[in-house]
Amino acid sequence: MRTTYREAVRMGLREALQRDPRAFLMGEDVGMYGGCYACSKGLLAEFGPERVRDTPLSESAFVGAGIGAALNGMRPIVEVMTVNFSMLALDQIVNTAATLRHMSGGQVSVPLVIRMATGAGRQVAAQHSHSFEAWFAHIPGLRVLAPATLEDARGMLWTALQDPDPVVIFEHAMLYAMEGELAEGAGAVEIERAAIRRPGAHVSLITYGGSLRKCLEAATQLSQQGIEAEVVDLRSLRPLDDETLFASVARTRRAVIVDEGWKTGSLAAEVSARLCERVFYELDAPIARVCSAEAPIPYARHLEEAALPQPARIVEAVRGLLHG
Amino acid sequence: MAEFRMPSLGADMEAGTLVEWLVKPGQSVKRGDIVCVVETQKGAIEVEIFESGTVAELLVQPGTEVPVGTVLALVRGEGEPELPAREQPAAPAAQPAPPPPPPPVARRPGGGPRASPAARNAAQVLGVDLAGVQGSGPGGAITLADVERAAAQAKPKPEARRTSGMRQAIAAAMSRSKREIPHYYLSTRVDLGRALAWLRAENERRSVADRLLPVVLMLKASGLAARRFPNINGFFVDGEFRAAPDVHLGVAISLKDGLVAPALHSVPDKPLGLLMSELSDLIQRARSSELADPTLTVTSMGDNGAESVFGVIFPPQVALVGFGRIAEGHVNLSLSADHRVSDGLSGSTFLTAIDRLLQKPEEL
Amino acid sequence: MSPALPPFLDRGGALARLRELMLIRRFEERSAEAYSAGKIRGFLHLYIGEEACAVGTLRALTPDDSVVSHYREHGHALCRGIPARAIMAEMYAKAQGCSRGRGGSMHLFDASRRFFGGNAIVGGTMPLAVGLALADQMQHRRRVTACFLGDGAAAEGEFHESLNLASLWELPVLFLCENNLYAMGTALLRHQAQPDLAARAATYDMPSRAVDGMDVIAVEEAARAAATAVREGLGPQFLELKTYRFRSHSLYDPELYRDKREVEEWKKRDPIALFEARLRAESLLGDADRERLAREVEAEVADAMAFAEAGTPEPVEDLLKDVTTPREGR
Repeated sequence: MRTTYREAVRMGLREALQRDPRAFLMGEDVGMYGGCYACSKGLLAEFGPERVRDTPLSESAFVGAGIGAALNGMRPIVEVMTVNFSMLALDQIVNTAATLRHMSGGQVSVPLVIRMATGAGRQVAAQHSHSFEAWFAHIPGLRVLAPATLEDARGMLWTALQDPDPVVIFEHAMLYAMEGELAEGAGAVEIERAAIRRPGAHVSLITYGGSLRKCLEAATQLSQQGIEAEVVDLRSLRPLDDETLFASVARTRRAVIVDEGWKTGSLAAEVSARLCERVFYELDAPIARVCSAEAPIPYARHLEEAALPQPARIVEAVRGLLHG
Repeated sequence: MAEFRMPSLGADMEAGTLVEWLVKPGQSVKRGDIVCVVETQKGAIEVEIFESGTVAELLVQPGTEVPVGTVLALVRGEGEPELPAREQPAAPAAQPAPPPPPPPVARRPGGGPRASPAARNAAQVLGVDLAGVQGSGPGGAITLADVERAAAQAKPKPEARRTSGMRQAIAAAMSRSKREIPHYYLSTRVDLGRALAWLRAENERRSVADRLLPVVLMLKASGLAARRFPNINGFFVDGEFRAAPDVHLGVAISLKDGLVAPALHSVPDKPLGLLMSELSDLIQRARSSELADPTLTVTSMGDNGAESVFGVIFPPQVALVGFGRIAEGHVNLSLSADHRVSDGLSGSTFLTAIDRLLQKPEEL
Repeated sequence: MSPALPPFLDRGGALARLRELMLIRRFEERSAEAYSAGKIRGFLHLYIGEEACAVGTLRALTPDDSVVSHYREHGHALCRGIPARAIMAEMYAKAQGCSRGRGGSMHLFDASRRFFGGNAIVGGTMPLAVGLALADQMQHRRRVTACFLGDGAAAEGEFHESLNLASLWELPVLFLCENNLYAMGTALLRHQAQPDLAARAATYDMPSRAVDGMDVIAVEEAARAAATAVREGLGPQFLELKTYRFRSHSLYDPELYRDKREVEEWKKRDPIALFEARLRAESLLGDADRERLAREVEAEVADAMAFAEAGTPEPVEDLLKDVTTPREGR
């Protein structure tokens, strides 16, 4: 069927609420408003206010409540409207959700799912344009996912919900309107492997989330220049699928990592370090990164565009590895 | 007698200054009483005592800074349950972290040696074929130094005929040996009559599979002798000689495209039968060049071949023992040795020792 | 003090509660000793002076209820039934500790007794408690989640967010604010524009009252009444327990922020002494009882220390165990 990423997310939420009586959705404006990005439209009417709960603007409290509920037999899906507001709940996520199992000596698990919109591109200025996936991917005890396709948007949620540990799912805000084909019977997908979205022999373009589209676009352009790029969609940001990454770069011998976070201390830096550790001897060129410019994301359109990774910069980075 | 020690008064406190005693020797104290004042980073803290008793002796003067755990005073107790004596400072035992997973040693997909970018660069510039370079880097990877070393040994003009990797390695090693090691040569003729007779008798009582060859007697004798002559058995590296603690004999084995000398380990300590089976095994398996492992190499012509052999020492070893062809109950035993490490006298005595050992085969 | 003793204070009940008070006191004293000797490391926050709060409130709960506490939680843990041995071993960083030695004094856990920590972030307990209560409500279980917090937590955003949410959704949380007049080194009047914490909580439209936290009988009566209402599904309740810690915030600070005389004044209302006096007045306690209890408590704590001393550390190789939950076939 032809549908959108947003619809795919909604299908996933619906399936979760239908299939698992322990599941419920909680967050700001998920109910009556239908979700800030319309991902939960109609769900309140279908499932009622017990299962679809509008919360006050209290990120710390309702994320913490999600943790407590998960501890005590429920499977909450907590929606933090965007990653920008997640900072208000970071203490609960990092100091409680991620640590409880280890700190208690293995006595409890926190089967919580947190969904957050992320990323930039809509001229909503600095405070609403962050990409903090790397911060969460830094924390032991958390699983971090970045669905970049309709299939993953549809299917990662169920698998995440069945996971006994906290899972954070990042939905790039620019992907919600993305259209595409989704199989009729599309359902749960695995959440551990990276995916080779496009095979190629000359360079590995490693990316996630909102940057996947840009990499595929760049790959098309490169192909016209006789350069075949292999596009690797990380899908799981923590843990990273080392096997797929190493195999790809061992074959292509070149890597460009595309990450919408700021370059310094980025997830791209982590991937780069791992590649150096494990496929150093296969490399035929240094590892390159295409990330956001080191500035708060500006409102003006041309500035925002210049700040974020774009296909043109990706193409340029690849060419830089191949020729002088 | 209870010990009242400088307490740990905070998460990161290592030492404290005793400011004031609030008790005197002879004074009785009960659990919970404040007995002194200690100055810390945060301020002056009143310190309580956890036992009851009578103060016997004050050991530290006010104004002194002492590490946490130092005994400040002795208190004659009243028999309350005491804490066990304080152990060594509670530094966590420095256990090694679980080792990181080993890097993959597999060959690169598509074959070819693993070499660092710097090494590749140098190989290109210096005209070195990486296939022939022995890697000394992580996982056997080729480093810049390996390439440079190989380049130093390469002929200025590339050979027209393509040589195998092994040949190249041998060529490099032998050239280096001749270039760096001042060889001297000695030989002596050894009467093998007794040894061969003993061998015949011995082999009759052995099954065919277990029979001993003359070479194994020669190896054992060489090994035993080498133990007594440390300057024949070891390595010359970085300008100095280091005798090896054990005798591992390299056994020169001729192959189709080269020569290998893998080691028989701990030769002096093994019985002949075991040496024989290990030797057979070595010969069968000989493919890899383990030049670094043996501490001394022995080369033997066996039944055919030249009467004497004066071989080239395999660096970094410092000697090579040669046995020529066995003819009419005699064999020419030779020694090539590194004159930086041994001289004619010791070399000669070494050969004599081997000779003597071969005269008493039953003791080998 | 109340004129008549409540029914739960028959002789057995009275002695049991006195024993608990004494156990906490002695446990804390010996923990201080162990800390001074370097056996307990990191931070140690003693509950001495506040014992009546733990004893009174925990008595109002059932095994099905949940307890969430903060870092001054040894008393709560002991009253919840976590063995003194397990707590002491935990503080000694031994694998036999209730958190396998991984948490230390501030992070005691016992899932089997529904004791969910032990939280070192002031205010951090509150959202968690709200969640536990939410799950009970959604699963139609008549349970109480007891949430301990200090006066310091009243300044954190989580205080507001959690009280608001609990009241809005009528969640079965019993908020137990142990107001010992100091948030670490900052006196209540210096951190609260509105120092009447019970009144603050009441503005969230929940029943809220202040209780004399040094009177274990008053605490238990109030806690029972509040817990009953919460269990009935009438929504959250807030109790401000007015108490005082006789020792420093943690070991050791020189207490530059308060006057020694204030401490001495409060010591005159030592909860153990108060309770004892009451029991003696009611002829429920004699010298022999008192001595017996003291010996028992001493022995129990000594046993705990010996157990902790003899414990073994978790193997270093297990460091990465239980960062996440093990999966089948992986």
